[in-house]
Amino acid sequence: MPKKDAYPEVDQILQSYGSDQSSVISILQDVQKYYRYLPADVLTYVAEKLGLSEAKIYSVATFYDNFSLEPKGKYLIKVCDGTACHVRKSGPILATLRKELGLSDQKHTTDDMEFTVDIVSCLGACGLAPVLTVNDKVYPAMTPEKTTALLNELKGDK
Amino acid sequence: MQIATNNNAKYMWIDGLKVKLEGEKNILDVIRKTGINLPTFCYHSSLSTYGACRMCVVEDERGSVMAACSTLPRDGMSIRTNTKKLLKHRRMIMELLLANHCRDCTTCAENKDCELRALASRLGITSVRFDDCRPVRPVDASSPSIIRDPGKCILCGDCVRVCAEVQGMGVLDFAHRGADIVVTPAFHKPISETNCVSCGQCSAVCPTAALTIKDETQLVWDALMDPDKRVVCQMAPAVRVALGEEFGLEAGSLVTGRTFAALNRMGFDFVYDTSLSADLTVVEEANEFTKRLEDGGPFPMFTSCCPAWVKFVEEKHPDLLDNISTCKSPMQMLGAVSRKYWEKPKFKDKETIMVAVMPCTAKKAEAARAEFIHNGKRDVDIVITTQELACMIKEAGIDLPNLPPESPDMPFGLASGSGLLFGVTGGVTEAVIRKCVGEKTSEALQSISYCGVRGLEGIKEAVVELGDKELRIAVVHGLANADALIKQMKAGQIYYDFVEVMACPGGCIVGAGQPVMKNMEIREKRAESIYDADGIAQLKYSDENPQVSAIYEDIRPKDIHHLLHVEYPQKERDA
Amino acid sequence: MKMSSLAAFQKRQMECAKTLKLEHKKILVCGGTGCVAGGSLDIFAAFQERIKAGGYTFVDVELEKEEEPHVAVKKSGCHGFCEMGPLVRIEPYGILYVKVKPEDVDEIFETTIIKGKPVKRLLYQFEGKSHTTEKDIPFYKKQRREVLEHCGLIDAESIAEYIGIGGYSAFTKALFQMSSDEVINEVVLSKLRGRGGGGFPTGKKWQQVAGQAEKERYVVCNGDEGDPGAFMDRSVMEGDPHRMLEGMLIAAVAVRAQNGFIYVRAEYPLAVTRLKNAIKQAEEWGLLGDNILGSDFSFKIHINQGAGAFVCGEGSALTASIEGDRGMPRVKPPRTVEQGLFSKPTILNNVETFANLPKIIQNGADWFRSMGTPGSPGTKAFALTGNVNNTGLIEVPMGTNLKEIIYDIGGGIKDGKKFKAVQIGGPSGGCLCLDHEHLDLPLDFDSLKAAGAMIGSGGLVVMDEDTCMVEVARFFMSFTQRESCGKCVPCREGTLRMLKILEKITQGKGTLEDLDMLQELAETITDTALCGLGKTASLPVVSTLKYFRDEYLAHVVDKKCPTKVCKALTALVIDPEKCKGCTKCARNCPVGAISGTVKEPHVIDQAKCIKCGACRDACSFNAIGEE
Repeated sequence: MPKKDAYPEVDQILQSYGSDQSSVISILQDVQKYYRYLPADVLTYVAEKLGLSEAKIYSVATFYDNFSLEPKGKYLIKVCDGTACHVRKSGPILATLRKELGLSDQKHTTDDMEFTVDIVSCLGACGLAPVLTVNDKVYPAMTPEKTTALLNELKGDK
Repeated sequence: MQIATNNNAKYMWIDGLKVKLEGEKNILDVIRKTGINLPTFCYHSSLSTYGACRMCVVEDERGSVMAACSTLPRDGMSIRTNTKKLLKHRRMIMELLLANHCRDCTTCAENKDCELRALASRLGITSVRFDDCRPVRPVDASSPSIIRDPGKCILCGDCVRVCAEVQGMGVLDFAHRGADIVVTPAFHKPISETNCVSCGQCSAVCPTAALTIKDETQLVWDALMDPDKRVVCQMAPAVRVALGEEFGLEAGSLVTGRTFAALNRMGFDFVYDTSLSADLTVVEEANEFTKRLEDGGPFPMFTSCCPAWVKFVEEKHPDLLDNISTCKSPMQMLGAVSRKYWEKPKFKDKETIMVAVMPCTAKKAEAARAEFIHNGKRDVDIVITTQELACMIKEAGIDLPNLPPESPDMPFGLASGSGLLFGVTGGVTEAVIRKCVGEKTSEALQSISYCGVRGLEGIKEAVVELGDKELRIAVVHGLANADALIKQMKAGQIYYDFVEVMACPGGCIVGAGQPVMKNMEIREKRAESIYDADGIAQLKYSDENPQVSAIYEDIRPKDIHHLLHVEYPQKERDA
Repeated sequence: MKMSSLAAFQKRQMECAKTLKLEHKKILVCGGTGCVAGGSLDIFAAFQERIKAGGYTFVDVELEKEEEPHVAVKKSGCHGFCEMGPLVRIEPYGILYVKVKPEDVDEIFETTIIKGKPVKRLLYQFEGKSHTTEKDIPFYKKQRREVLEHCGLIDAESIAEYIGIGGYSAFTKALFQMSSDEVINEVVLSKLRGRGGGGFPTGKKWQQVAGQAEKERYVVCNGDEGDPGAFMDRSVMEGDPHRMLEGMLIAAVAVRAQNGFIYVRAEYPLAVTRLKNAIKQAEEWGLLGDNILGSDFSFKIHINQGAGAFVCGEGSALTASIEGDRGMPRVKPPRTVEQGLFSKPTILNNVETFANLPKIIQNGADWFRSMGTPGSPGTKAFALTGNVNNTGLIEVPMGTNLKEIIYDIGGGIKDGKKFKAVQIGGPSGGCLCLDHEHLDLPLDFDSLKAAGAMIGSGGLVVMDEDTCMVEVARFFMSFTQRESCGKCVPCREGTLRMLKILEKITQGKGTLEDLDMLQELAETITDTALCGLGKTASLPVVSTLKYFRDEYLAHVVDKKCPTKVCKALTALVIDPEKCKGCTKCARNCPVGAISGTVKEPHVIDQAKCIKCGACRDACSFNAIGEE
């Protein structure tokens, strides 16, 4: 059981939402922004503070795609596989990323915690298809070659 | 001929049959009124409507398909319950459910009680056209009371709703989504690591064997077959009004004598009645209450018989632990007292095994609590439920309905009507009032029974005059109701002197260890049966029970407290 | 800053309009997500630098302080022509520059701003012709931009500019000159139908909310535009946020709601920023908050961000999500209008619906009904994407046919390929194809429904001849299956089974019975699923089975994928004419499936081949192809 005041940052987030149960999704978004994922003990702490059952907060956190209970890599790459991107061949881009980074549909994050590759349903940038984002920056009209170049650039950025 | 018509009456047509609407909240209830048992998995009239299983689909005149559980009845509406389309859809939905479900029915714990199996058979499903692609999900046997087998879950959510809505706990909930959705405690923890109170209501509503009661019958058989062991059994009040249902008897049949006979036939050395220790509880609790009145509190005094309730207070309101009566539950009292009795030197020839037959799953957890273990020995060794006892009787081939009744053994076999009342919500309170009021006339008895303690409402209130004092009393069942009451109390909106809480909705008669209830009328019949048993009891008052006096004479005064009382450590209390 | 009467508002409006007139030249850099991704923010910065360096005055937001005529540079909303981004538009000339780079800024400034002449090389070229202004460009010609009229024309981050061009006067009209009933009546008369997909009459919805006994009411804006291939709502939220707020205010006046919520999907961070900014401005100017403009009407708007769940576009799932729960649809009744958000009467409309309202109130129902078809009046924004030349955001009168959209506005199919199908209505919409009369199909609620598709939120994904429709069906099913909330059995288990069958078919293991099973499953899911999303989940499969059955049969019977998209059904073969026997392919094959002697044509052993394509990539002579 977490001690009181063990998470001053979380307390601050809770306070900014008035510890309101209905704000739990916004609170979790802010918590995730801070930790880059949702640590289990923090979820328990938030549940207690909001008067929710632990199972309820876990239930909410696992429902939404954007919440991750696992730490994500430094570069979070989201490959759009919405319809527009799909028909403009987003598949090979995903395949390139996974091949280059040694990832798969089971393994999303590299062991060195540098890269995470997720698929998203639609980023709403269909006019630029196919697209991917790296930490929310949009990269339009991608090709496998451009993807490899982008990865090399990010790797050099370390 | 003139036919008078009531212009205000509303009607709808079910399969061409005109049916009057009587305030039903959905057309499913209207349909069932006409004698058509539309199938459902996720509809329980006492819980919120979930509408997920889609088995109760019906078709309207325009050919639209809708779920009956979530469609409002309208005047003039016409629906059909069995059309070509509907039969096809129901079978397809069933097949989809089965495709993702274990099919080892013959060895399944739910077996004959499985609603999935029953419905598959009703719908004539003889094969499944889809491949089994279920992921392997491990069984959780960590709880002392409940076994969770996620592989058998059909995701109807009944357990989730009962745990949150009726018990206010929310130990189980859905996690993930789509095809990955599961019902689980937070973080896929084993139940033993959650704040589960072991009430078992989840298993009671579960249509399959995804949630079942931990089966400990083998331990009992082993003890019974061991010549070096003396096996002593106690039976709770609520067991006798429900066990008969497992043997085809009408709901509410009182089978007290026949159950003791069956226990004797199975080889128990001594059979006792927990109603006796309920009498003991009444005396102790009334004394404690009187003392609190003298000492000025703390109030309200909460009852302590229900172990799920006690655990609930420990988990959710540790600050109220002092308000709980220090009396042990009747089961633990009888365990301690009879253990003391059989520990006398003259009985040292055999090891005594204490078995308790209870309507309750939380009793399994209660018996395992550290407070009730002395020198490594539990006061009650094994707790089996009514359902488990039924299985044992059946395995032994004993024809319960036709057994000649037998009586329990002395010195722990005589009970008053007050003790029997413990089986139903309000019973503890009624028994304690009888003891406190002290006026032993038929009129007084009747006025107590009508003071507001009887009935199956979730929260009941009564005001009782005791001397020059007016006592405010509440009787609550369902932990969510208790939680609501406590919140109001803490907010200073209400005040009570005495509050009885039972976790299960109706008290012990609907404990999760009782036979599966097919409908809510069964609950009323069981309650009536308890009141009937009290009605024919020659002794009405706990303190008039000569065996109670005998026990007090037998125990040294200095032992009384530790044999009959307990203090729960305040582990959760804030420093 | 804060205005506390109608008179104060009218005065402010005149000031703003006056200030706008002082901007004798305007540089509008597209600030939509598409152009921002293409680097438009750098262009914006470069223009600011250039103006400063040149000693010209310029303003960003604080318009009212300027007294002299000046050059303004602004970040506008999405111009719609995303394919050609980043876009820069110069007013008053109406010149549109496409694919602009920061290095072009100086030339644009010297030539256009100072000399008033176009930079020819940056103009849009089509079929050998260059088009100077937006109006000339075929992409814009057939459009009628009403909802999107400000997108690309005004500064998306300035309330002053919105008010300067007449913004919020529809709201003040509703608040001060009309009764609640009159407002509702106007919307009823307009026959506006919800732009979120279902096409339910907006006015009727409002009437139902107004008729509830409960007085605590909510106005909720559904900005959870989850349909892949749709981004109309995003463009409105980013490009003209005040217009949407004004629409919500009108709804709130109509039913006297006290609180509004905008639910925006998490994938739209820019929309969230712009909306937050707009709400803050509106609060500061006294258009949101307590006793708005001195009246007895108070209204607050809150923003909730989604967290990634398509199903939250469904009304009851959306309200559950705002309440902080899992976004699982619940059974109805009670309906949202009776017990919606926090179990109170709730108006729930989508972004485009709200954005339609100010002009309906301002110009009247008759004006609105003069556009579109009698059953579906008004315009509709579509996101035109896929294998079409001009992708982007368009707005046309309801009833415009597919051919006009794809060929006139969209400029036809990319790379001269043949049109095959258009997918409309998102993952739960349908695929319509050329072989039928569908290209002449007018796009409105009723015509589409009759054709077995739905307008959805308005995504139009064009597919060319290289698209495998079976694979497309599998793709949509995998989407719906992944996004199913998992509550009801038919959707949870049924879509999973449909997906497994489609996977089987694309892998060449399908049977004719599988096609029947797909149909059977689709019927049960459609009839019995709990929510609208479940009910329509199988539409892409049903429509492709109907219009492209031949392709299914080719996969199932002939074990061939006509478009060679399904890897398992294509074979890699070496053309002996082209093969020089260099052995490079054999050396690159990871499973040793290629054999042959040096300088002789090689052969691929189909039994061993895993179709990874490494040989084809390695071949220097283009000798390896798919069959």
